Amino acid sequence: MNWISALPELVLACAGMAILVFGVLAPKNAFRLASMFTIAAFLITAMLVMGATPSLGYSGLFSTDAFSQFIKLLILAAATLGVIVSLDYSEHENMQRFEFPVLILLSTVGMMLMASAANLMSLYLGVELMSLSIYVLAAFARDNLRSAEAGLKYFVLGALASGLLLYGISLIYGFSGSMNFADLSAELTSASQASTGVTIGVVFIVAGLAFKVSAVPFHMWTPDVYEGAPTPVTAFMGTAPKVAAMALLVRLLGGPFAHLLAQWQQLIVLVAIASMLLGSLAAIGQKNIKRLMAYSSIGHMGYALVGLAAGTPLGVKGVLIYLVTYVFMNVGTFACILAMRRRGRAVEGIADLAGLAKTDLGMALWLAIFMFSMAGIPPFSGFWGKLFIFQAAVNQGMWALAVIGVLTSVIGAYYYIRIIKVMFFDDAAEAFDARPASLSFVAVAGGLFTTGFFLFAAPVEAAALAAAKVIFG
Amino acid sequence: MNAAGFPLLSLLTFLPLVGGAIILSVRGDDAVVATNARYTALWTSLIVFALSLLLWVRFDASSAGFQFVESVNWLPSIGITYKMGVDGISVLFVLLSTALTPLCILASWESIQTRVREFMLAFLVLETMMIGMFCALDFVVFYIFFEGVLIPMYLIIGVWGGPRRVYAAFKFFLYTLAGSVLMLLALLAMWSVAGSTDITVLMKTQFPVAMQTWLFLAFFASFAVKVPMWPVHTWLPDAHVEAPTAGSVILAGVLLKMGAYGFLRFSVPMLPNASASFAPFIFTLSVVAVIYTSLVALAQTDMKKLIAYSSVAHMGVVTMGIFTINAQGLSGALFQMLSHGVVSAALFLCVGVVYDRIHSREIARYGGLADRMPAYALAFMLFTMASVGLPGTAGFVGEFLVLVGAFKVNFWLAALGSSGMILGACYMLYLYRRVVFGKLTRDDLKSILDLSPREIAVFAPLVILTLWMGIAPTHFSGFWEASVAAMVDHQHAALASTTQLAGIVK
Repeated sequence: MNWISALPELVLACAGMAILVFGVLAPKNAFRLASMFTIAAFLITAMLVMGATPSLGYSGLFSTDAFSQFIKLLILAAATLGVIVSLDYSEHENMQRFEFPVLILLSTVGMMLMASAANLMSLYLGVELMSLSIYVLAAFARDNLRSAEAGLKYFVLGALASGLLLYGISLIYGFSGSMNFADLSAELTSASQASTGVTIGVVFIVAGLAFKVSAVPFHMWTPDVYEGAPTPVTAFMGTAPKVAAMALLVRLLGGPFAHLLAQWQQLIVLVAIASMLLGSLAAIGQKNIKRLMAYSSIGHMGYALVGLAAGTPLGVKGVLIYLVTYVFMNVGTFACILAMRRRGRAVEGIADLAGLAKTDLGMALWLAIFMFSMAGIPPFSGFWGKLFIFQAAVNQGMWALAVIGVLTSVIGAYYYIRIIKVMFFDDAAEAFDARPASLSFVAVAGGLFTTGFFLFAAPVEAAALAAAKVIFG
Repeated sequence: MNAAGFPLLSLLTFLPLVGGAIILSVRGDDAVVATNARYTALWTSLIVFALSLLLWVRFDASSAGFQFVESVNWLPSIGITYKMGVDGISVLFVLLSTALTPLCILASWESIQTRVREFMLAFLVLETMMIGMFCALDFVVFYIFFEGVLIPMYLIIGVWGGPRRVYAAFKFFLYTLAGSVLMLLALLAMWSVAGSTDITVLMKTQFPVAMQTWLFLAFFASFAVKVPMWPVHTWLPDAHVEAPTAGSVILAGVLLKMGAYGFLRFSVPMLPNASASFAPFIFTLSVVAVIYTSLVALAQTDMKKLIAYSSVAHMGVVTMGIFTINAQGLSGALFQMLSHGVVSAALFLCVGVVYDRIHSREIARYGGLADRMPAYALAFMLFTMASVGLPGTAGFVGEFLVLVGAFKVNFWLAALGSSGMILGACYMLYLYRRVVFGKLTRDDLKSILDLSPREIAVFAPLVILTLWMGIAPTHFSGFWEASVAAMVDHQHAALASTTQLAGIVK
C-alpha cells in the first residue's frame, strides 16, 4: 500500500486535529494563533504537494498526478487567502472562535481528496468532508438570523445534491460493475455501447456536481447563501470549493466517462449557456454586492464549463487557467468588500461604494482592476482565462457556444463597469474605516496577480497544459 | 536588432506608464500634486514625442516591410510572441499619437481642475495603449492594446465629462466592447487555421473563401463601430459631446483611426476575397455616412455635436477609399485619416477654447467673436477650410485622392462621395459664420479674451501641420507609397490565384 502518495493530506489532517486540540487546551482565546497555525499548515502542505511524485495509492482509491497537484496548489492558495481575509472580520463581528480556521482546514482536506480521487467512493468522501465543513461555516455567525438561514438552506439543498450524486454513483456501479476510474474507463469505451443506466448515472453525477459549482439550473441557493453567510465565508465558498468541484467534474467527465463525450457534451453545453446567460442578466438588477458576486460566480462557472464542453486537453487547459485567474480576482474583490466598513459596521450595498475614488483611491483602483478583469478586458488576467476557454471552443467548431459566450460577456461587462461608475463617477459618500493590513495584503496580492498575469502567463500555461494532458490523455 | 539600435517601439509604448508611476507616487496637498502631475505628464509625453521623431528620421520609406521590429518569445508553446514593428501604414499614426498627447495635456492644463492626478494618469495610460496598438505585430498583442484603450477612455469620459457623461461612457464602452469580442472570435478562428498569431504570418496565410466571409463580418463588427460607420455611429456624438476637450481631441484624432487602421491591417490584406466581395456593401454604407451625417451635421445646434457628425462623414470617405483597393484610394484614405486626425483634433480644441471661457457649446450663444478674438478667428478659419477641403490645406489631398480612386471603381460612387465635400462646405461655413461673424451682442462676449500664450502653443503645431500637409503632401505620402503598392499587388495576386483555382475546379 503506497500510503505516501497521500502524505500532504495526511499532514494537513493531522495538523487540523492538532490545532483543534491546541484550541481547546489554550488558556485564552486562540483564534489568531489557530489561524496562523492553519496558514502555516497550508504552506507546509503546499510544499509537500509540490514535492510529490505521480503515484496511485490505497488500492487505486487515490491518485497523485500533475492535474491533482495543480488543483491542490490552487485550492491551498485560495484557502490561505481565505483565512487571511477572515482575521479582521471575525474580530469585528465577535466570531473569533478557533473552530473557524479548523473548519476551513478540514474542508480543504476534503477538497484535496476530491482533487486526487480515483474512485467514486473516495470522491464522495471528499465531497462530503468539504460540504459538511462549509455548511457549518455558513452558519458560523450563530447569533445572526441570516447566517443561520444561509447555513440551513445550504445544508438542506446540499444534502439533496449529495443524494443525487450518491444515486448517480450507485447507478454507475450497478450498470458497470465498478467504482474505480481506471476500470470504468476501460469498461466504457464507446458511447453507443453505454447502457441507459450508465448514462442516467452520469446525468445524476453531473447534476450533483453542478450544484456544488452553482451552475444553472442548480444555482438557486447561491445568491441567498452568499448574501447570508459571513463575508469571509462567502469569499472562501466562492473560490476553493468551486475549484475543487470543477476539477472533479473535469476529472470524471474527462477520465472514466471520456468516451461518453457524445452523451454528456450537450448537457455541459446547455448548462454552460444557461449559466452564462443567467449570470450576466440576473446580476444587472442587484443592489447588494454579495448577491452580485453570487451571480457573477454563476456566470464565471458557465465560462469555465465552456472549456470542459470542448472535450479536449486544450479545453481542460482553458478551464484550469480560468480557475487560476478566477480565484485571485475573486479573493481580491472580497478583500475589498470586507474593507467596506463604516464606524465599525460592515456595509454591503453597491451604493455604499459611491465616490470611493475620492476617499480611497488605492482601494478604488484595485477594485476597478478586479471588475475590468472579471469583465474580460485585457491586459488583466480575466481576459486570458476567456481567451483560452474560447480558443478551445473555436478549435472544436462550437461557434454557437463561443458567440453566446462572448456576447454574454458584453452584457456582464455592464454590471462590472457599473460598479466602477459608482466608485469613480458618483459623488463621494462617507469614507470607510481604515483598512486593516490583512485585507490590504490580500487585495494587493490579488491585484498584482491580476494585473501582472500577462508577465507570467507562460509558466502558468505550461503547468496547466501538463495537468490537462492527464485528462483526455 | 532594428534600425534604431535599441527597442524604440517598446520604449515609446511603455515610457508613458513610467510617467504614470511617477505621478502615482507624488505625495503632498492637492495643489502640489496637481501641478506635479501636470508637469510630469507634459514632460513624459514630450520625451515620448521627441523619441518618436527618430521614426520620422530613420524610417526607410522605400521598403514595404516592417521596420524597427522587436520580437520576444511570450507564450512560445501556443505561438504568441510579443512582436512590435511599424510599416508605412502605421508609422505616421504612431507619430500622430505622440504628437497629439502633449497638445491634449497642454489643452487641459487649466480646464481640468478636479482630480488632476487621475486625469493625467489616465491620459498617459491611454497614450501607451494607442502607441502599442499601432506598433503591435501580433494579433493578441494588438487585441490587448485595442481593448485596453477602453479603460482610460471610459474613465476620462465618465469622470471629467459633461452632464450626461455616465450615459455616454456606458454607451461608448459597451458599443465598442460588443464589436471587439466578435473580433476576438475571428482572431481565434485565424489562430486555429494559421497556428500563429503573428500578423506577418497571417497576412501570408490564405484563408478559405467561405471562412473569409465570416471573418470579414466579425472584423467589420469591431472596426465599423470604432470608425464609426453609419449606422453604428450613434455612440460617437454622445461620447464627443460629453467628453472633456482633451478626450474629444484624442477620440477624434486617434481612436477613430484605430477602426480604419484595423481595416487596413487585417481585413484588406488578410481577407482579399471577402474584401472584394464586400466592397459594394462598404461603399453603400460610406456614401450614406457621407450624405446623411452631413445633413445631420447641418441641423446641429451644439458645436461639438456638429463636428462629431462631420467626423463620421469624413471617416466615411476614409472607408470608401480603403475599399477601392487601388493605389489612389488607399493613399487618399491614409492621407484623409492623417489630416482628419490633425484637423478634427484642432476643431475640437477650437470649441474647447470658447467653452473654457463661456461654458457653453450652443452655437446660438456665440457670434461676432472675430472682433474680440482675431487670432482665434484666424486659426478657426484655417481649420474650417481644411475640414472643407480647400486646396493648400491638409483636407484637400486626401479627399481628392479618394475620389480619384473611387472614379476608377465607379462613376456614381465618386459622384455621390464628392457631394460630401459640398455638404461639408455648407455645414462648416455655416458654423463658422454663426460663431465668428455677425454682431457681438452678448455682454460676456464683449470682454472675452483672445488666445493665451499656452493656447497659441497648442495651436501653432497644428497650424503648421495643416499647411505642411496641404502644401507638401509627398513629405507624408512618401512614407506609405511602397506599403500601399505592396498591398495592392498582394490583393491582385490573391484574387488572381482564387480565379485560377476556380478555373481548375471547373
